[in-house]
Amino acid sequence: MSLALPRLTGRRRVLPGFGLSLGISLMFVSLVLLLPMTSLVGQLSGISLAEYWAIISDGRVVASYTVTIGAAALAALVNAAFGLLLAWVLVRYEFPGKRLLDALMDLPFALPTAVAGITLATLYAGSGWMGRLLEPLGLQVAYTWVGIALAMAFTSIPFVVRTVQPVLEDLPQEVDEAALTLGASDATAFRRVILPHLWPALVTGTGLAFVRSLGEFGAIIFIAGNMPYETEITALMIFVKLQEYDYVGASAIASVVLMVSLALLLAINIWQGHFIKRLHGGRG
Amino acid sequence: MFKPSWIRRGILAAALGSSVVVATPALAQERELLNSSYDIARELFSAINPDFIAHWEAEHGESVGVQQSHGGSSAQARAIMQGLRADVVTYNQVTDVQVLADAGLVAEEWQSQLPNNASPYYSTTAFLVRAGNPKGIESWDDLAREDVSIVFPNPKTSGNGRYTYLAAWGFAEQAFDGDEEQIHDFMRTFLRNVAVFDTGGRGATTSFIERGLGDVLISFESEVNNIRGEYGSDDYEVIVPPVSILAEFPVAVVEDNAERNGTEDLARGYLDYLYSEAGQRTLAGFNYRVHHEAVVEEFAEQFPATELLRVEEVFGGWEQAMEDHFAGGALLDQLQRR
Repeated sequence: MSLALPRLTGRRRVLPGFGLSLGISLMFVSLVLLLPMTSLVGQLSGISLAEYWAIISDGRVVASYTVTIGAAALAALVNAAFGLLLAWVLVRYEFPGKRLLDALMDLPFALPTAVAGITLATLYAGSGWMGRLLEPLGLQVAYTWVGIALAMAFTSIPFVVRTVQPVLEDLPQEVDEAALTLGASDATAFRRVILPHLWPALVTGTGLAFVRSLGEFGAIIFIAGNMPYETEITALMIFVKLQEYDYVGASAIASVVLMVSLALLLAINIWQGHFIKRLHGGRG
Repeated sequence: MFKPSWIRRGILAAALGSSVVVATPALAQERELLNSSYDIARELFSAINPDFIAHWEAEHGESVGVQQSHGGSSAQARAIMQGLRADVVTYNQVTDVQVLADAGLVAEEWQSQLPNNASPYYSTTAFLVRAGNPKGIESWDDLAREDVSIVFPNPKTSGNGRYTYLAAWGFAEQAFDGDEEQIHDFMRTFLRNVAVFDTGGRGATTSFIERGLGDVLISFESEVNNIRGEYGSDDYEVIVPPVSILAEFPVAVVEDNAERNGTEDLARGYLDYLYSEAGQRTLAGFNYRVHHEAVVEEFAEQFPATELLRVEEVFGGWEQAMEDHFAGGALLDQLQRR
C-alpha cells in the first residue's frame, strides 16, 4: 500500500535543516539551562566533600528538607486529586463560565508569587476571613506547615490541570460509552479504561507540581512564619546563605534541591516510557 | 477599608520586586545620580531628592536628576558588586558598605571621609505596643516574660533584626553583669517568644498590624514612629527602652561608578546635603535622630533620652559581631538549636 503513496515527505521537515534546528536548540539549552547550572556546580568546586557534607547535613537545614518535602508532597497529592477533577470538569462538561474557569487555571502562573503569599497569609491568619472560621476549630493554617503546603498547592495547581487536560481532550467520550455498553460499572470504566490513559500525564503533572513546590520561595515566605526547625523551608536556607555572602553554602544547599528534582523527573520519564509501552501491549 | 498609604505601598513594592527603581523626572542630557538604598527608605528619599535637586540648581545652576533603587541592603550591595552602576549608597548596615569597600568599589577609609562615621543620621531599636500597653512592657526584660509574644524580622535575613538581637544582648550583658550562662538563657527565652520571623522589617510590620500577631513589634525607632503615625496614634504606643543600640545609617560614594559616570562632585554634594540643616530637618521629620544642633533642639521632644550601646564597644565591631553571632553555626544558630 505504502508503495502507492507518492514520496512526498522523504526526510523533509517543516523547519529547515536538522543541523540548524538542533544547533539552535542546543545553544538555547546551553545558554538558558546549562550555563547557570554549570556556574552553580562551579561554585562548589572550591570546597571539599567533607565541607559540602557539613553544610548540607546541618541540623537546621535537614529540618528544612523535612518541612519542604513533606509540605510539597501533601500539596502535590492534593493537586493530583483536585487537578484531575478540574481537568475532567473542564473537558467533559459545558457550563456557563467554563471559559473563565479555564482561564483562571493559569492565574497562579501569572500572579507574582509574593502577592499570592501575602494574600493567603491575610486570609488564613487569625484575623483573616478564613482564619477566623478555622482557628476556633483548632485548625491553624497560617504560620504552620499546613500554610506552607497551601501556598505550594496554589502556585503549582496549573501543572496538573494543564498536563491532564489535553490528554483527556484526546480521549473521546465514546471510549467510556463503549466500556459501559460492554458491561463495566462506572467505577470500573474509570479505573480500568480512563485512568490508564491519564496516568502518564497525571504523574508528570504531579511530579512537576512537586518539584516546583520544592523551589518555591516568594509565596511561602509570607505565610510560613519561618520558625527555626519548624516552618523554615529549604529555599529560605539558601536565601539566608546569600544574605551572608556565602555563595558556596547557598550553592551547596541548592544542589541538593536540584539533585532531588532531577532524580524525580528522570524517574518519572523512565517510568513513563515503560508504562506507555505496556499500555500499547508492548508494541511501543 | 483599603486606605492607600505609603507604608502599604512600601510593603507591596517590597513584595513585588527585590528592587524598584523610582525615577525623578529628568531630561535626557542631564547628569543623573543613582542612589542605592535600603528597603524602607523609599518615602524618605522621595522627600529628600526634589529638595536636593532644587538646592543643586540654586548653587551650581545645573539641573540634575536623582534615581532611587531600594531593596534589602545586602541584596543591593550584591547588585552593585555584580555591576549595577549606582553612584552613592545609603544603607542601614555598616557591613553592606564595608563589603563594597572590601571589593574595592568604595574608598577604604570611607568611614572617616564624612562626619559621625559617615552616618548622617542614626536611630535606635524601639518597641511598638498595642493601645494602653496591656502587657506593661517597658524594657527588654519584659520581652523575655512567658506571657509576652514578640515580632521582629529574622536576624539572619534582616539588618533590622540583627540590631534587635544585639540590643537585647547588650541589655542582657549589662543586666547580668556579663554572666555568659544567664545571657544565653535570657536570649533563648527572648528568641522563643518570637511569634513569626519575617524576612524583612516591612513584613514584620504587616504581621503585627494587619495580622494582629504578637504583643510587641520591635523595629527602628523611626519605623515604629512612622507606623504609629500611619496606623493611628490611638491604637499603638511607642516605647523607647532605657537601654538600646545605636543604629547607624552609613553613606558612601561608589568611587569607581561615580568616576565612570562623571558624577563625583554630584555624588559628594548629595551626601553633604544629607548633613546640611535642611537635609537634617527632613530626616528628623521622618523620625530619624540627627546631629545638626539647631535641628536636634527643634525636635528634642520627639526623641526620649536613652543609653545607646555601640556595636564597636559591646561587640568589637560589625565584622566581629557577624562572626560571633550571625554566621552559620555561630551564637544565634546555637541559641536557636534544638
